[in-house]
Amino acid sequence: MSLGADLLAMATGDRQADRVVPPTGFTARLTLFTAAAMAFLAVFALALSLATGRLADRWSDALARTATVRISAPMGQVEAQTQAALRVLETTPGIASARPLGDAEQRALLEPWFGPDLPVDTLPIPQLIEVVETGDGYDAQGLRLRLQAEAPGAVLDDHTRWRAPLVRAAERLRLLGILSMALIAAATGAMITLAANAALNANAQVIRVLRLVGARDVYIARAFVRRFTLRALSGAAAGTVLAMIAIALLPGAETGGGFLTGLGFQGAGWLWPLVIPPLAALTAFWATRTAAFRALRELM
Amino acid sequence: MIEFQDVAYSYGGGELLTGIDLSLPQGSFHFLTGPSGAGKTTFLKLCYGELVPSSGRIELFGRDVRGMSRDDIAWLRRRVGVVHQDCQFLDHLPLEENVALPLTVAGRDAGAEAADLKELLAWVGLSKQRGSLPPELSGGERQRAALARAIIMAPEVIVADEPTGNVDWEMSLRLLQLLVELHRMGKTILIATHDINLIRAAKQQTQARVLRIRNRQVQLAGADL
Ligand SMILES: Nc1ncnc2c1ncn2[C@@H]1O[C@H](COP(=O)(O)OP(=O)(O)OP(=O)(O)O)[C@@H](O)[C@H]1O
Ligand SMILES: [Mg+2]
Repeated sequence: MSLGADLLAMATGDRQADRVVPPTGFTARLTLFTAAAMAFLAVFALALSLATGRLADRWSDALARTATVRISAPMGQVEAQTQAALRVLETTPGIASARPLGDAEQRALLEPWFGPDLPVDTLPIPQLIEVVETGDGYDAQGLRLRLQAEAPGAVLDDHTRWRAPLVRAAERLRLLGILSMALIAAATGAMITLAANAALNANAQVIRVLRLVGARDVYIARAFVRRFTLRALSGAAAGTVLAMIAIALLPGAETGGGFLTGLGFQGAGWLWPLVIPPLAALTAFWATRTAAFRALRELM
Repeated sequence: MIEFQDVAYSYGGGELLTGIDLSLPQGSFHFLTGPSGAGKTTFLKLCYGELVPSSGRIELFGRDVRGMSRDDIAWLRRRVGVVHQDCQFLDHLPLEENVALPLTVAGRDAGAEAADLKELLAWVGLSKQRGSLPPELSGGERQRAALARAIIMAPEVIVADEPTGNVDWEMSLRLLQLLVELHRMGKTILIATHDINLIRAAKQQTQARVLRIRNRQVQLAGADL
């Protein structure tokens, strides 16, 4: 029998065939609960993976290839030191471009902190130079030494270096989220296998009778598989909906507010959790089918 | 129909049956007798493919039972109706659905054959009990229900293990009557029993032969029985 035919037979259903295996209220409720709980956890693991993924992308993309050189010097020397620093930067391998920020740009950077009326010209504000690296990167240590020699007031502020550990942490978290989902799927499969085995053993006599009246193993297996698949599907659907509600109700904060407030799903991301119930059903289908055929082989 | 060639059957405890050469032709009516524990149930199981011989060869419908797959056995079960010694019902289903079970598991719509089912239940006198669960039935009712289930697929062969095991004489005769009627319809019948009176009653109504298990051998008994 093909897997496809089996899935089809299950979808179309057979009320009479369902009745040949006696209902087991307790196992049924446990399976439902397990599937619901696992789906609930899976939604959070999924949210975690997506959120940390977004975070890692944002941190690594946005300012990954840029650094800043800050020139803090007495008013009269700023211009000269800036020129000196630019000369050093232009001759440093691994630096694609270096550009001093204009007054308007500096004011825009400071505006969020000091308000729009900041008199940039009259304040001893350091001059900023925006540095863009090439793909290969540059030797920060060497650059610092050369800058110190040529322009004592220049300080290299290297975004990449302090962002790198954060990006690594976010990526690690995403990996853990994905691993958690895999573990949840495996645990679901294992628990459904246990439940299916218990059901098969409890129904050994029923299986005997079905065989005596000419039931093929496919038929018997199907009766169990259909049950567990439908239970896993409905349990996981309930768990997924509950988890999605819980996530939707998380207290909001402005975008980019931080890691915790970014845990929700965004836009089409809300469609992702809908994959979980069918996946749970597929897991149950496969687990029960394997357990059933093994049990039927052993039950001579 | 059923052919035994030098068949022996042994289990862990030793050889139970040996040297069986037999042929049960189509349309025949056989009884099988022997003391309790002699191997009657075992012999019947060999006849419907539940057991395979330890040595020798058994052919059912011209096919060697050894080498039959599970699906072949399922197919065999639809051609041989079996009344088991302990009936073997699904206790959670009403009598009616138990009787229709061979249809259900064969993927046939029991609803479409409801008229046949009703007629069959009337024939074995169980119309009133159709909604009862098996544990609620009396011994004789269970035996008749088992017979009804055995014949609902219109099998060519009917094998019955002590079908009158726990019913009174009147009910035994009634069950025998049903089996004799089936024989007249052309079915091949094999009944295990240790009720000599039942065999005598049958011999007055139809051409029945008797197989006897003695010293681990299954042989045709003489006319004295
Ligand atoms: N697989 C087996 N394992 C252990 N013992 C077995 C096995 N098969 C048969 N036996 C033994 O073989 C003997 C014959 O069993 P069987 O059920 O065929 O007897 P029977 O003639 O039908 O008896 P009864 O009239 O009481 O129904 C019994 O002693 C039984 O315990
Ligand atoms: Mg017996």
